[in-house]
Amino acid sequence: MFEWIKTSLSRRALFGTALVAGTSPSILANNAHHGNMGTVGNVDNTRNGFDPYAMLTDWDAGVLTADSTGRPVRTFTISALNHDIEIAPDLIFPAWTYNGRVPGPTLRVTEGDIVRVEFTNVGTHPHNIHFHGIHPARMDGMPGVGEVRPGESFTYEFEARPFGCHLYHCHSMPLQRHVHKGLYGAFIIDPDPARHPEFDLVARSRLLGSEENAQWQELLMVMNGFDVNFDQENEIYAVNSIAHAFAKRPIKIDRHRPIRVYLINLTEFDPINSFHLHANFFQYYDHGTTLTPTSQTIDTVMQCQGQRGILEFSFADHEPGMYMFHAHQTEFAEQGWSGFFDVA
Amino acid sequence: MRSSKLLAFGSLCVFAVGLIGSAPWLLNALFATSSNYPIAADLTVERVQVTDRGFVAKLRGQSREPALIAQVMVDGGYWMFTQQPPGPIAQAKSATISIEFPWIESDTHHIKFISRHGETFAYTVDVALPSPRPTRSLLVEYFALGLCVGLLPISLGMLFFPWLKTLGASGREFLTALTIGLLSYLLIDMAVEGFELSAEASPIFGGPLLVIIPMVLTAAVLLALNRRPEQRTTSVRIAALIALGIGLHNFGEGLAIGGAFAVNKISLGAYLVIGFALHNISEGFGLVSPLTKDNIGLGFLVGLALVAGLPIIPGIWLGAFSFSPHWVAAYFGIGAGAIAQVIVEIDRFAVARAEGSHAKPRFSAASVAGYCAGAGIMYATASFIAV
Repeated sequence: MFEWIKTSLSRRALFGTALVAGTSPSILANNAHHGNMGTVGNVDNTRNGFDPYAMLTDWDAGVLTADSTGRPVRTFTISALNHDIEIAPDLIFPAWTYNGRVPGPTLRVTEGDIVRVEFTNVGTHPHNIHFHGIHPARMDGMPGVGEVRPGESFTYEFEARPFGCHLYHCHSMPLQRHVHKGLYGAFIIDPDPARHPEFDLVARSRLLGSEENAQWQELLMVMNGFDVNFDQENEIYAVNSIAHAFAKRPIKIDRHRPIRVYLINLTEFDPINSFHLHANFFQYYDHGTTLTPTSQTIDTVMQCQGQRGILEFSFADHEPGMYMFHAHQTEFAEQGWSGFFDVA
Repeated sequence: MRSSKLLAFGSLCVFAVGLIGSAPWLLNALFATSSNYPIAADLTVERVQVTDRGFVAKLRGQSREPALIAQVMVDGGYWMFTQQPPGPIAQAKSATISIEFPWIESDTHHIKFISRHGETFAYTVDVALPSPRPTRSLLVEYFALGLCVGLLPISLGMLFFPWLKTLGASGREFLTALTIGLLSYLLIDMAVEGFELSAEASPIFGGPLLVIIPMVLTAAVLLALNRRPEQRTTSVRIAALIALGIGLHNFGEGLAIGGAFAVNKISLGAYLVIGFALHNISEGFGLVSPLTKDNIGLGFLVGLALVAGLPIIPGIWLGAFSFSPHWVAAYFGIGAGAIAQVIVEIDRFAVARAEGSHAKPRFSAASVAGYCAGAGIMYATASFIAV
């Protein structure tokens, strides 16, 4: 007898005629504010051991030496380790990390450099580093190739090519879980201006440490997500792991200098992710492997997992203010992947 | 003989000492093991009220590990919230979480509470409409509704009393059996409803046991009280007991109606009222069935109607404005236990009444027909209001 009351009637087909004066027909005005979206509280970056804001610009160029022929060799030391990270205030994710951070260190080298990565696994499962780039099969980092058991080490060595905005990630099985747990990072190869005389200035502007490059405001943004209840769906979306990080602390931009964003998608479970810029348009270089844009004057770009590219834009002609950027999957934006440029 | 007793006592002592001696080790082993388990927080979302500013949810902690609500999602987006009292929610303790949210009238909204370690607890607001608030006009409205679906139909059923008095012995037998059938239906209905609510309540309250234990205890205590030798089974007492049983059930029915209002699953309408009226008329029949041989004053009849029909009103109030599933589930257990006792008493009364007439009133054709009719009428009229 009671069940009928609870198991519902379609909400569109509520009982019709009101015999006694009804409660439902007069709907109270809905007074809730519309501006109270977001996460409550703040993430403890110190406890995490990394700051998403600092990650925007902390390029790791490695230790520079030269081999017997005088060729530059850049050596990096990377460890895989388990580390619980706070990805939204009070929300802890049991991550697997490279060097205790998600994303891992941003490796930045120049086209033609010898890249040497001394990798140690101090985690609890076998791991490896699979670089996107051109290299021999024995340096590919996958099950059976350069895979490192807990407590062991391996050194990856290859020539940095092609120039572009690339990435590295663990390729151990099950791949989905190893990537989603946080084993990934950016691998940026700057073009060598000497090899691109026809685009000398453009190549120089991309080369870290050059006078031309110093004019630019360069930012690394790794789009990622976290499935905290392991139902194969993300509860948190972010750039550089922390939900709403750049909504709570907007990115300071000097409008007189151009902006270059190295954008990489490492979101698991969802087929694509995207970047949308408010009130402005950008030039886009898919994979960053060209010196002329592959898409011109767009304000939204989408990437599948592992896809990446370079965005270039300027606020020179804009008035100062807060300019938003976010995934144009609005669902992702509301779950943490949104932020602001504080243009002054 | 003596030595064997000594031996038994001695071995008991050795066993006890051994047990006490090993207790620290046992406890140690137990805690060492449990500390290796992954931390799992669990909680129950007992109730979500829709207010003009958003949602107010009542959460009850369930796990040994207190549950810290890290963030709250509505329809796949994060929303600001406040918690009272703040901090992790300990086992069996409750907390209220208020979320400011611009809900959309009549839409469905999905709320997800995320704990510190990523466990998620979902609740669906099926139809977003303001939850009823205890304003004077609404209290009056529910009072009127309670009269319409409780007192009125029961009184209507009682109007058949003069006609029932004209019935012969087998007619009375049929009528008494009908009352038993009717009450049996109400007993099962209450128990089933109790089980459903116990499933909604936090499992720390014991699930179905939350209904079964109060039911058995209530029936046992009431039966014991009524079996004292000085107690005599009179028709008037039986009628009063039936009124009490029906009243208890109607209070539960009121809770269910009020609870449905609280989550906007029903609205007041002609169909609802007529359905309930039909359903409850037969309860009026049952109320007066033991009295057909007596001269009963109007005052007593009115009293019976009030006891049986009025409780639905506080039931609606309570159900609409506040209730915790575990309390209501336990209440349904108590109600079912009380009804069970009433059934036993009616049966006793019927057997006593038939004494000397050589009849076996329990299994006469009239009685069997009565049981079927009682339960059948309730079942059929329940389907009227099942929409």
